[in-house]
Order: sequence, then C-alpha cells, then structure tokens
Amino acid sequence: MAHKDGSKEKIVYVGDSRVRRGDGFIPPADYTAYPGKSEAFIPNFLLKEWMVGVVVLVGILVLTISEPAPLGFPANASATVIPVPDWYFLFLYQYLKLPYASGDYIVLGTLGVTGVAFGSLLLAPFLDTGSERRFYRRPIASSLMFLSLAAIIYLTNTAWTEYKHEMAATGQIPEDVQREEKAAENRAQGLPSGGAAQTKEIAIVDKEDPAMAAYQKAGCIACHAADLKGAAGPSLRGVGDTHDKEGILSIIKEGYNNKMPPMYDTAINAGLTDQDIDHLAEWLAKQKSEVVE
Amino acid sequence: MFKNIYNWIDERLDITPIWRDVADHEVPEHVNPAHHFSAFVYCFGGLTFFITVIQILSGMFLTMYYVPDIINAYASVEYLQTKVAFGQIVRGMHHWGASLVIVMMFLHTMRVFFTGSYKAPREMNWVVGMLIFFVMLGLGLTGYLLPWDNKAYFATKVTLEIANSTPVLGPVLKELMQGGDIVGAETLTRFFALHVFFLPALLLILLVGHFIMIRRQGISGPL
Repeated sequence: MAHKDGSKEKIVYVGDSRVRRGDGFIPPADYTAYPGKSEAFIPNFLLKEWMVGVVVLVGILVLTISEPAPLGFPANASATVIPVPDWYFLFLYQYLKLPYASGDYIVLGTLGVTGVAFGSLLLAPFLDTGSERRFYRRPIASSLMFLSLAAIIYLTNTAWTEYKHEMAATGQIPEDVQREEKAAENRAQGLPSGGAAQTKEIAIVDKEDPAMAAYQKAGCIACHAADLKGAAGPSLRGVGDTHDKEGILSIIKEGYNNKMPPMYDTAINAGLTDQDIDHLAEWLAKQKSEVVE
Repeated sequence: MFKNIYNWIDERLDITPIWRDVADHEVPEHVNPAHHFSAFVYCFGGLTFFITVIQILSGMFLTMYYVPDIINAYASVEYLQTKVAFGQIVRGMHHWGASLVIVMMFLHTMRVFFTGSYKAPREMNWVVGMLIFFVMLGLGLTGYLLPWDNKAYFATKVTLEIANSTPVLGPVLKELMQGGDIVGAETLTRFFALHVFFLPALLLILLVGHFIMIRRQGISGPL
C-alpha cells in the first residue's frame, strides 16, 4: 500500500487504478482545448443557467395560471366532433390528407415521404459526412432542412386554418370552451363548477306501453338493445330530447346519417302495422331524460 | 460532519471520481451566454431537460389522482382540475410543459443541425437524440388520450387509423395500441401504461446515454 501504517491521512484514489491522486486539479482533455474564458460547470455556470431556467419556469407558471389546461366533455362515440391532433402533429395530419399521400397513395404518404424524411433526419450524420460544419458551407443539407421547415410551417398553418373554417361552417364551438362557459355560469350562480358525475341513469318512460313490445318485434333491439341503452347504435333513453315524433318516423323510414339503415320495411315484415310504427315513434318521442310533471 | 460522512462513504465506494466526472468540468467560452449573447442557442438542450424534469414531477403528482379506466378517467381529471388544491396548476404545468418540451427540443435539434455539431465524432449522440425526439412525440401522443374527453377520443381514433394504413406493420401496431376492435377501455389502459411506464423508462435510458456521450466527447468546438 502507498501509505504508512497508522497514518490518519485520507487517501484519494483516481478511478479504479489505485494511483494516488496528485496535487491540484487535473484538467480533463476538453478543458484546455478551447482557449478563452472557460468557467467551471458546477457551480459557476450552472447557477447562471439556473437563472435562464427560472425565467422559463416563471413563463410556464404564468401560462398555467392565465390559461387553464383545456378539458372537453367525456368521450362519447356518437358525438359529432371534428378530430384534431395536438398542434405538433398537425403538419403530419395535414400532409396525410394531400391527394398523393392518402387514399390509394397512402403507402407513399406513411412510408414513402414521411419515412424517408424522418429516416434521413435520424441518419443525418451518415448522409452529411463532410467535415464542414458551417451551415452555409453545406448547402444541400441546409437547404433540405429549410425546405422541410417551410413545409412544416405551411402545413401546420393550413391544417389549423382548415380546422377553424370547418368549426365555423358547422357552427361548432370547441368543447373545452363550452365547458368553461358552463362552469363560469355555474360559478356565477354559486353552483359547483365541475359537472356532476354522469352516473344518473335515464329511466324508460311508460315501460308498460305496448310500444315496448313493438320496439322489440321491429328489430330495433339488434342495435339499440332490449333496455334501450344502445349497443352498436346509440342509446334511445332520452331520445325525445333531441328528436320529435316526426323526426323519429322519418329516421325509421329513411335511416339516419348513413349510420342507421331504413328500418320501415323490416318492421312491416316483422308484422307491425303503420299504426304500430306510428305509436312506436310517439312513444319514443316521449322518452325524455327528465319528465316534466 | 458531512465531510466525515462523505469520507466514510468515499473510503468504501470511491465515489469521488464519479462526482468529479459529473461536476468537475469546464464550460468553454463559446457556449456561455455570459460572454457571447448569441450563445443562448446552447441553452435549449438544458432547458429541454429542465422541462422534462418538470414533466416527470408534475406527472408523478397527477397519477395520485388519475384513474385509468373509461368510467372514471374523465371524472378524475375533472375532479383534479376543479376540486383538488393546486390541481389545476399541476395539470396546467403538465399540459403546457408537454408542448414546451417539444418546442425546446425542436430548437435544440435545430441548433445542433445548423452548427453541424452532429458530425464526427458525435454521430451516435445525434441518433440517440433523434430517438429521444421520437419517444417524446410518443409521450405526447399517448398522453393526449388520457383525459378521455371527446377531443382526445376522436384524435386517437384518427391516429390509430393512420397507423393502420401503414403496410404490413400497421394493423399489428394498431391492434397492439388499441388492444381490441374499438378505441375503448383496453386502449385507455394501454396508452396509460405506455405513457407512464414504457416510454418514460425508454426516455430515461436514452437520456443517460445522451449525457454520458456529451461528457465523453465534450461540447463541439466553436465554428
């Protein structure tokens, strides 16, 4: 051993080599490589960088306090919502709508251009192998990157503009905005601002009505289930809130939004009369989520 | 006293070299904004890590309230948002941080690209960095579904349709992520598992690799 027995001196070894460390700081290889005013990472530089971090942290906090994270309404497969991904996927989403990146050419869209673009980004160092580092001295790599950036900005902007137009054209308001407005209304009235949990079941109105039998006979139960709660089709409990008798009759006769086929002939073949169907529609129209007494 | 504790541990584990390797290095002038203001572009990597730490911390607190099943997911998020003390702040930090981490990472990638810092001998670090980028995008994608509101649900449906359209691998990938025939209960638990366990684990491994390589190779020299 390198030290005398009984010595109280602390021995510092370097790595695993069991070589006694010499006096003074041993500069790592990269320390002297750059002449100039280098400074220690800890604590000098890290404290300065922490100041930048604090500015960013304050920025995030201001953002979170002024703009609460959006939250819409609970997921419902039969809701009509224009799908939109998070903003940083918009360019990809819009790109895959282009004629030569969708439909019959979808493979070109997903694997072809996207695959080549991301693949070459991943392997950039092996494609751009020259020793020149300045971006203006490697025009091919730089111009490809500038082109991609321009495309990303253009596609993101187009996607967002189209989404806005579509929302305006269909008269839709983003659900998080709707929810926030409702919460503000409730707050103003001193009610709880969170929506009540949607656990209250809507009851079937006039369960003993003969229309219930007609409902089962006409084949409605195949999609809307025997308890009206819906299966492949939506729940019919409370359907009277959104459709009146005439509306329901026309849905039975003509189908609904290409989602439900016309069921009139099926019902007639099952032995129902026009009168039965009329009564069924009337009964369905009575299915309100809350019966006003 | 702390010095004695440190020495006691150091005598047994020889931790000084590890600590020296992490902390004891110099920052060259050309990346230090205190000397050249334009060097602020070198901050983006550190800021990406900083926001990643915020994401991990805020995410850990979110899982104290979040329930990954389709009956309660939305209700738990709403409860967190409206009832829990500072819940809105924590969820807000996670929500906005998710966007900011993409922004910072993008700026960091652009800095590395336009300063040509990915060139020899740092090729492997660039590849690892790009993998980190992809993992982050995956985290954004899986996290988007978790509040289980309509926006999340329909966006995920479209995403899975797009995944499905990839030849050969697509349908397998879709089924793996969706966990069934429809976007439903299984999808939510799978996205939760990916978002909270698989992808963060992968991210941490990649980050360790990224940082070890930076320490080994040092920062690329001035242009």
